[in-house]
Parts: sequence; structure tokens; C-alpha cells
Amino acid sequence: MEKTETTKVNITINDIKIAANKGDSVLDAAKQAGIKIPHLCYLNMHDLEVLNRPAACRVCMVEQDDGRNGKLVPACATFVYEGMTIKTNSMNALNARRTVVELLLSDHPSDCLLCVKNLNCDLQRFAMELGIKTIHYEGETTEFEMDMSSKTVVKDSNKCILCRRCEAVCANVQSVGVLSGVGRGFSTTVATAFNKPLIETECTFCGQCVAVCPTGALTGFSNTRAIWEVLADPDKYVVVQVAPAVRAALGELFGYPAGISSTGKMVAALRRLGFDKVLDTNFAADVTIMEESTELMSRVKEGGKLPLICSCCPSWIKFCEHQYPDLLDHPSSCKSPQEMFGALAKSYLAQKLDVDPKKIVCVSIMPCLAKKYEASREELSNDGLPNVDMVLSTRELGRMIKEAGISFEHLPNEKFDSIMGQSSGAADIFGTTGGVLEALLRSYYERSTGKTLEKLEFESLRGFKDIGIKEAVIEIDGTEIKVAVAHELRNARILLDEIREGKSAYHAIEIMACPGGCIAGGGQPFHHSSEEILNKRREVLYNEDKVKALRRSHENPEVLALYEEFLGEPNSEKAHERLHTTYVKRGV
Amino acid sequence: MAEKNKCGQDCVQLSEIDVFIDKLEQQGSLEGKLIAILHKAQEILGYLPEEVQSHIARRLSLPPAKVYGVVSFYSYFSMIPKGKYVINVCMGTACFVVGADKILEEFEKQLGIKAGQTTPDRQFSLYALRCVGACGLAPVVVINEKMHGKVTLKDVSRIIDEYKEGDGR
Repeated sequence: MEKTETTKVNITINDIKIAANKGDSVLDAAKQAGIKIPHLCYLNMHDLEVLNRPAACRVCMVEQDDGRNGKLVPACATFVYEGMTIKTNSMNALNARRTVVELLLSDHPSDCLLCVKNLNCDLQRFAMELGIKTIHYEGETTEFEMDMSSKTVVKDSNKCILCRRCEAVCANVQSVGVLSGVGRGFSTTVATAFNKPLIETECTFCGQCVAVCPTGALTGFSNTRAIWEVLADPDKYVVVQVAPAVRAALGELFGYPAGISSTGKMVAALRRLGFDKVLDTNFAADVTIMEESTELMSRVKEGGKLPLICSCCPSWIKFCEHQYPDLLDHPSSCKSPQEMFGALAKSYLAQKLDVDPKKIVCVSIMPCLAKKYEASREELSNDGLPNVDMVLSTRELGRMIKEAGISFEHLPNEKFDSIMGQSSGAADIFGTTGGVLEALLRSYYERSTGKTLEKLEFESLRGFKDIGIKEAVIEIDGTEIKVAVAHELRNARILLDEIREGKSAYHAIEIMACPGGCIAGGGQPFHHSSEEILNKRREVLYNEDKVKALRRSHENPEVLALYEEFLGEPNSEKAHERLHTTYVKRGV
Repeated sequence: MAEKNKCGQDCVQLSEIDVFIDKLEQQGSLEGKLIAILHKAQEILGYLPEEVQSHIARRLSLPPAKVYGVVSFYSYFSMIPKGKYVINVCMGTACFVVGADKILEEFEKQLGIKAGQTTPDRQFSLYALRCVGACGLAPVVVINEKMHGKVTLKDVSRIIDEYKEGDGR
């Protein structure tokens, strides 16, 4: 262990003496001392190793005492040293900061009231905090066309401030690199290769660019208007399903601190919005486990393709289709829970309710933007009807609740409708990295051995601090079953390269594109790069699981009834027809 | 690695680029060699079309957007095809005062293109450039490697014909 003294340096910020960590930037040191320095391009999520520090926006200018007049430096990219003296709020620093923000605003649309990021925009907030009332600069403005081609991620470069956060997460975290700085000088923009529309690129629609964009340049495509329309249509039977991660974050949109489960209020709100049935994607997650554990059993027994890779995350699937088209026989053939739910809603549920499947509109509330893209995939349909008709993000659901004037905090806790509303705790944890595989192992073990697992928690598969790939080993009748979990596509790449080289030792792998899993999805409330928020959301899901009596997918009575009454056995012909899918070789 | 497909002459040139990349690869890692490869590709093809950029991206395991980002940043790189003959009209001070702008206009009129463009048959590209250091011969027109000095308006059509017929040099 190093001595603590050697890792600290003494600096002075605004006349306050601070023992800062060696190697920290002035911005980090100030933050620890409770001094806020506004910044737009700088993004640092330590535990997840997500970093963007191009020092491009110049909003974090501070004054460094150099013994003469003082010089202006960017706090994000200036590192502490013994005896350093900094002023973050001198006239000089404040004026520089104002000038920078004014210059950014001089080429930025001023339609804030109509912008989807209104009240969630960092640029807007800093303009307000810095007291900017007039913009002293006039001149040419850039004009770009909006890209709505994907109906998933919307790119409006007119609102881009060239912070390059999107480029950093896309290239460094996801290892996809769809976006790049293009052109030079005033006409510089962040664009796709050859300015192609996003839908024609290898974009996985993970939405992490949207999650980190400080302005309204990258946002999620909105479906709220279309949903209001179907809700008002008496001829439609509107069924809604909600993904596990949504309940772990929805409350944040209504002023609740992170870490509070909103399940009960969320169900109540959906009912008040006028959905005919309020059901749970978790039910379909339990079905997924039935199908996937059976698939894994047969692949292990019959020498099928191993490792089997879970197929719940549409972003990872598209990544595989583009980057590893040669490995497309590894993902499970299971549709994602969202799509399984839709397939069952328009067949099994329709039968039970005696409703014409053509009248059913299947709406999902997802923490994810890629789910919007997934719903549009042609092969995810049965009997000529798409499994899922419309997808709303957690943020969009929050907006609809506000639009409807529903007072969230006064809502009672209500329960999901039945059938397709019951779920196990194993389904709740789908929303965080490692959860699907933990749920899978619980059922895989018990279904193949007939024994009861003493400890349901697979601790080694939980969490994401400083770890991109987690592993577990479980013994089943003398055979060791090895599994791995990756979140973020850069980590997935490591496991996929191993498979490509024939070196993979695993039987099953779970891949989730977003850092930490669905809790940090591109459709979630903005976490403003707070890892604490993500940790709290994760705890909500593990807690939902812990307090449930039912914690194994294969014991869900509604699921057992589904097989008895409708599907027969897991992986049966009927199950394959409704609940399994195929993939497309896309390449780059 | 070179893709042999229906691209005809471009394909031959693509394989020429591949030979260059292979050579670099034998000398060591391809990391950091993007700009050198783009230079070579533009030397061979005269410009950098999308397919070529994508091909280079694949060879270097880089996202195509990254390659496009570099190509669009440097004004040296062009995505517009260049003609067989690149006509550069010097607009340096010495040439300008003896009517280089009129010479440029005449080329534009006769070729039916503007400066910075290429004729549809990809025979001629026309550019204006700054002093070439041959002020004694003003006004100067440089075509590919060849210098034409003291050019008059009347010379323009003769020069164009010379290249059209005689296959230039």
C-alpha cells in the first residue's frame, strides 16, 4: 500500500485549502471540495471507466495564479500540483465562462420551450446559472437537417455543441464508432460516415449517446402522440407492458430520490391513462427463462452451439449482426421478453379475453430506445401482426403522466392485471447487468437437477464497479457449467473475439449493451453521469426480487398455466412459432 | 482481403491500394497509418470515394465514420472525382494582374464547369491556385505536371484541344 501522503497534493481553491488526490483534474478536486464548476464536454464515470475530456467546450474555465496576472485554464484538463492556487469565481473566470456560453448560444436555436430537452438541458441550465440575458454575438449560423430515419434516435445537429460525448461513448464504450467529428472550422459537425441516415449505419440504437448528450442534439423518437390517439379510440384494445428497469427509475421524474421502487404507483398511473390492461414484461421474462433454459439444456446435451448468448438486448443483437455476423448461431433463438409478451398478448391473451387480435394494440414502456427499433423489425410478427405496436421510453411515460395531470405522489399502489401480470423475482433482476443469467441459472439448475438451490443469489454476477466481465461456475450433475456476463459492447467484444478464436470456455453468456444494464438504458430518466443513481436503481431491482415469495421463473403459476393451456412444452413447435426468431447478417 | 467484385477499373485500383496496405502491414502495425494510406489512395484514384474509404476502414479495423472524419477534415483530401487532366490556373499576384482571372473564366466557359469542378466525362478538372513561383511566365497554367506560360485568352481552346487529342503528357 502506498502512503496516503504521497497520493495527496495541497492546493488552494477560492482561498480554501484542499488536499486533492494526485492525478486529479482541478474540476474533480473542486467537486470533492463542494465547489461546482460548470462543464459540458467533460464526462467522467469512474467506476464504469467512461471518460470524455477533449477540453473542447471551454465552459469550465478557471483562473490559475501563475504569480503574474493569473491565467485562464480549463479545469477539466488542468491537473493539480503541490501549491497550486485556483480561483473558480474570479471576475476573470466568470467573464470567460459567460463569453464561452454566449458564443455557444449564438449558434444554437433558442426554441427551448419547444425542445424535448427543456429543463433537462445542461446548456440551458448553465446559461441560467451564469445569468446570461443577452447574447452579444451575432453572425452566421449553421443549418443541418434533422435525422429521424430510425424512428428511434433523433439527431438534430443544429443543437450540437461539439462536446463529443456521443462520439466518446459510441467509440470507446460501445466500440461501434458510428459518430465522428466531420468537417472543419465553423462547418464542423458530429456525423455518421458520409452523413448517412442513422438507420443505414451500424448504429445499435443503444441510446447511450442520448443518455450523455448535454443538449437536445440527440434525443429519443417520441411516440406519445400516437399513443394518445389509440387510447382515445374506442375500437382499440390497448394492452400495456412495463419492463423491469422502468419501475426502478420512474419516480425520479416526479421528484423522488433515486432508489425508490415505483411499481405500485406506476401501475396506477397507467390505469388512469386509460390502458385497457396493465400487464408486466416481467411475466414474459419468466417465459423467456423457460424457453432459454430449455434451449441451453438441449444445446449442452446434444452438442449444440455453445456458448449460448442471451438475446434480450436488441442493441447487442444488432451489434452482433453488424460486427460478428459469423457468430449469429450463438445468440439464443428466443425473442426478447418485450416481443414474447406481444406475441402472447395477440394470441393467448386475445383468446382468454375473447378479443380480436387485430383490435389489440400492444404498447410497451421500456428503459431502452433500441426497443423502438426492435418493435419495427419485420420478423418480429405473427399472423401478419407486429408483436409490439408502439414503444414508449420511461421518460415518455413520465411526460404522458404529467400531460394527463396525474398527481403521481398521490397515487395509490396498485397491482398488475391478470393474466400476464404475475412474475417472479428472477424477472425483476433482468433490468440490471447479470440479472438474466442469474435468473437463467436458478431455473437451469433446478429444472435440470430436480434439486432446490440453497442460495438463489449469484453474487459474482452482480454489480458493475470496475468490472466489465463477470463469471460464475455452477455444477450440474458433475458437469461444470461456466457462464459470463458482459455489459457495454466493448466488453462484449472481448467475449465474442474469444468465441471467434475458438477459445471461449463458457456455456452461456449474457450481454447487455448499456453500462450497468437496462437501468442505465437510453430511455431512462437522465442520470447526468451519476453512478450513485445507477447503483440505487440496481438495488431497487435486487430488493424487488428479495422480498418476493416467488423467485424462480419456473414456479410462476401464470407461466405454468400458459404452457398447460396454450404452448404445451417449452421449445415446443407452438412455442417456436410464437416465441423464437431469426437474425440477419448485416456486416459493416 | 481485397474484395474482388464488379467494380471494374476501380477494383484494379483498389487492389493497388491493398498492395500498399499489405506492404505497410509487413513493416509493422497499421495503427497510425491511416493518413499515409489515404494519401496513397488519392494518388492512385485522384479522389477518395465512399467505397474506398469504407474499404480502408475495414482493412484498418476502424469505423468508417472515423475515416470519413479524417478525409473531411483535411482540405487536401477530396471526395470529388478528379479529371484525367487537372488544370490549375495560377491566381498569384503576378498572374492576376495580367488577367489570370479572365483566363480562368475562359476555361470555365469552354469546359462548361466552374473552378473546383470536373467535366462529366472526367477528362478535366479545373482549379485556381496561388503562386506557383513562375511569375516571369505570368499568366501561368499548370496542367498535371506541365507548365504553360504567358497564356492568352486565344490559347485556351488550343491547350484544351491539345490534351483532348494528343492524350497530353
